[in-house]
Parts: sequence; C-alpha cells; structure tokens
Amino acid sequence: MTTTTTKSAYLQGLRDGAPFMAVAGPFALLFGVLATEAGLNLFEVMSFSFVVIAGAAQFTALQLLQDNAPTLVVITSALAVNLRVAMYSAALTPYLGDAPLWQRIFASYLLVDQSYALSHGKFEATPSLTTRQRMAYYFGTCTLVMIIWFIFSYIGAALGTQLPPQIPLNFALPIAFISMVAPMLRTFPHLIAAFVGIVVSLLLAGLPFSLGLFLGGLLGMMAGARAEIILDNKRFGEATE
Amino acid sequence: MNTAQLWTVILSLGAGSFLLRFSFLGFIGNRPMPEWLLRHLRYTAVAILPALVAPLIVWSDGPGTEPDLGQIIAALCALFFGWRTKNVFVAIFAGASVMALWVIFVA
Repeated sequence: MTTTTTKSAYLQGLRDGAPFMAVAGPFALLFGVLATEAGLNLFEVMSFSFVVIAGAAQFTALQLLQDNAPTLVVITSALAVNLRVAMYSAALTPYLGDAPLWQRIFASYLLVDQSYALSHGKFEATPSLTTRQRMAYYFGTCTLVMIIWFIFSYIGAALGTQLPPQIPLNFALPIAFISMVAPMLRTFPHLIAAFVGIVVSLLLAGLPFSLGLFLGGLLGMMAGARAEIILDNKRFGEATE
Repeated sequence: MNTAQLWTVILSLGAGSFLLRFSFLGFIGNRPMPEWLLRHLRYTAVAILPALVAPLIVWSDGPGTEPDLGQIIAALCALFFGWRTKNVFVAIFAGASVMALWVIFVA
C-alpha cells in the first residue's frame, strides 16, 4: 500500500508552494504598478500577466517598450531572459513525460522557477512517486502562486502610482531564488555547478541579451556534470582496489 | 509605444514562452533521454538560478551601479542558512531579517 495518494501529493505541493506566495505577490504587484506607470491600461496589464506568466521576461519587455526599442528586439530579449524555462522543461521531462498530453500542456503553461525548483527537488528526493502523483504535486505547487500572481497584478495595476517608493520590492526576487537553490546544494558537484554559474555570469554581466546568464548556466551545468563523473570514477577506482 | 506594438509583444511573448516551456515536455514526452543529457540536467537549477541571482545582488540598482553591502550580506545569510538547514523558510527568514535590520539600523 502506498502512503502517498494523488490527493495528498497535490496537498503537499500546495503546502510546499504556499511560502512562494510571498515572492510572487510583490513581483506581480510591482509589475502591475510599473506597467500602469508606463501607460498600459488594466486589461493590457492583466493580459500580459495571464499570457506570459514570467516576471523577469515581463519586466524586460516593459523596460524595452519604454525605451522605444524595435518590436523584434523587445520580443527576442524577453524570450532570451526566459530561455531557462526550456531547460526546466527538459529537466522535468524524465519525471512527467509519461503524463497525458493535456496535462503536459497545462504543466507547460504553468512552468515557472518556483514550480520547477520545488517539483524537481521533490521528484529527485522521492523516486517512489508515480507519474500521477508527480503531476498532482506539480499542480499543487502552481496553484497558490498563480492565484496570487493574477490577484496582485490586478492590485498593482489598480494602485498604479500610489505605492510609497521606500519599499525595497526588488530585493524579494534574489532572496527568493537563493532560498530555493541553497537547500538543493547537497553534493560537491552541486556546489561546483553553482560556483561556476555565479563566477561566469558576473564576469560576463556586460554582454547583451542576458548572454552572461545563459553561458553561466550552461558552463555551471557542464562543470557539475564533469565533477560528478570525476568523483564517480574516483569512488569506483577505490572500490576495486 | 503604441497599442499595436504592445499587443504584438504580448502575444508573441506568450506564444514564444509557451513553446519554450512545452519544448521537451511536449515533444520528447516519454521517449528515453541519453544519460549524458540527464547528467547535465541534474545541474540546471543549481547552475542557472545562482547565475540569474548573482548580478541582481552585486548590482542591485541595475548594471554598472554601486554594490549594496546590506543586500550582499543578506544574500549570503540566506545562502548559508538555506545550505546548512536545507529549509527554504529558514533561508527566506534569514535573508529578509538581515535586510530589514540593515535598512533600519545601518542605511
């Protein structure tokens, strides 16, 4: 008998995702406020948040639209910022690829940093979960964050320019991402991957189109994989002696 | 910006973002992926999230601005406590508390 049912997996995802309401809220709020200041009306702000659901990409697009950048540049840059979701999609495929197509379509629409980070961590730590339970957990992690995302986009758009400027909303994002990634640093190769990612992205921060981010992520990933192979070989070597 | 450009951006960005998210989940599905790819994918999050965050912390007011010591200390605290305790809440609490104390007492 399994102790984890589909329903309890969903509820656990809901619980694990709950604290990230505190992260998604301020960002949606900030987007609503900034977009309204840039001249978007309520319907445009809500459509933006509903269709795209990607904080960093939305802020990038908004900034470039205000700078009167060419449409193609706006779209390419914002998509480049969002390229990491393709890596998330790849990383979740071994766990969710078995699910029915309609579930994978919804899961794709809802794929953001939080749902990916929580789910991937959970699936890796609990290999006994079935695909159904994994999907249920995944949708659980999305539910509250998405509700908050839409509600706070609306509140931000409604508030418009009335928010006091002293509130350091912009620091919520870095702290949230660090708090998500720090507990994942379980092995030495994990630390290597993070370290290389940080160093490369800082060194190449001046490159356009977030190229520093992609190269940092890519090289960090390769460094982690390489470190894993070296460590495995070493262990194997010792075991046979 | 005009209305036509705005809607072109919103709809293209929506479609493009969906295709990025759907890419592997949708088109690869349950076909097996090679071991070398899986090994690399194990390190996506631990590489890309720190790479995304590091510049935001060092240059918190945008590219080329002065680093804010309070934000850097808060970030390091969140990282350290998250790593030691393996607990997301402890990490968020540590980072947010340090930031609040810094804003109140130092800045």
